[in-house]
Amino acid sequence: MIIPSSWYLLLSAVLFTMGVAGFLIKRSLITVFMSIELMLNAVNLSFVTFAHDWHAVKGQIFVFFVMMVAAAEAAVGLAIIIAIFRIRGTLNVDQIDLMKL
Amino acid sequence: MHLALFLIFAAFALAGAANLLLQRHPINSALSLIVVMSSLAVLYLLLGAEFLAVAQIIVYAGAIMVLFTFVVMLLNEGVEERTHGSRVAKALGFPAVVVILGVIATVILQSEKYLGQVSLGDGVTTTQELSGVLFRDLLLPFEVTSVLILIAILGAVALARKDGQ
Repeated sequence: MIIPSSWYLLLSAVLFTMGVAGFLIKRSLITVFMSIELMLNAVNLSFVTFAHDWHAVKGQIFVFFVMMVAAAEAAVGLAIIIAIFRIRGTLNVDQIDLMKL
Repeated sequence: MHLALFLIFAAFALAGAANLLLQRHPINSALSLIVVMSSLAVLYLLLGAEFLAVAQIIVYAGAIMVLFTFVVMLLNEGVEERTHGSRVAKALGFPAVVVILGVIATVILQSEKYLGQVSLGDGVTTTQELSGVLFRDLLLPFEVTSVLILIAILGAVALARKDGQ
């Protein structure tokens, strides 16, 4: 059974746009952050698909690095969310609209 | 077999992503994101990326999402409110999102003839091949990322601790 790799790319595109939609619609800071993770995952899927298409191992290495950077980003981002919640007492993005805490 | 597996897990991923958008409590969104990441791991396996499939489960569905659920439970924030901002975001955001999806899908469908096909017998990229590239050709970026992770740990501790300690 053979399926075209454009199906994987379309799935990745749909997941990415759902991430963008979540980023715009959700009002909770932590869910907005989860939408960013969803976008990263969607892009990873297209990286793996192209790596398979062109028989290039380096495409998979890219995904590996994206995972590492995402782990670092999640640690720092969640620490920032905790700090904001401690100072502001809310995670609603409409109320966190000043540059200073 | 491949088609069935792709359809099942693509449906799981899409359903999880839709549930992430529809749920209003962050913990439900976090759990549906775990579903998305686990089904993406199966899709990686179908594409022959066995190491990445396992790394996806361990790093993303395991470590990162545990961190997320931990923070959601720690802050105990409750359901999100509907505000004026969310109505504006919906009115402007949905057309923009549809345009983005339309552009990406058009590009993919137009270049379909240059793209290959995927089947189960394509063979896997072994961890040996992957580590050969990672530790020989890309050793410096790998070491730089380990420094990045270290800085991220220090930054997370510095940001999250209470003032005056």
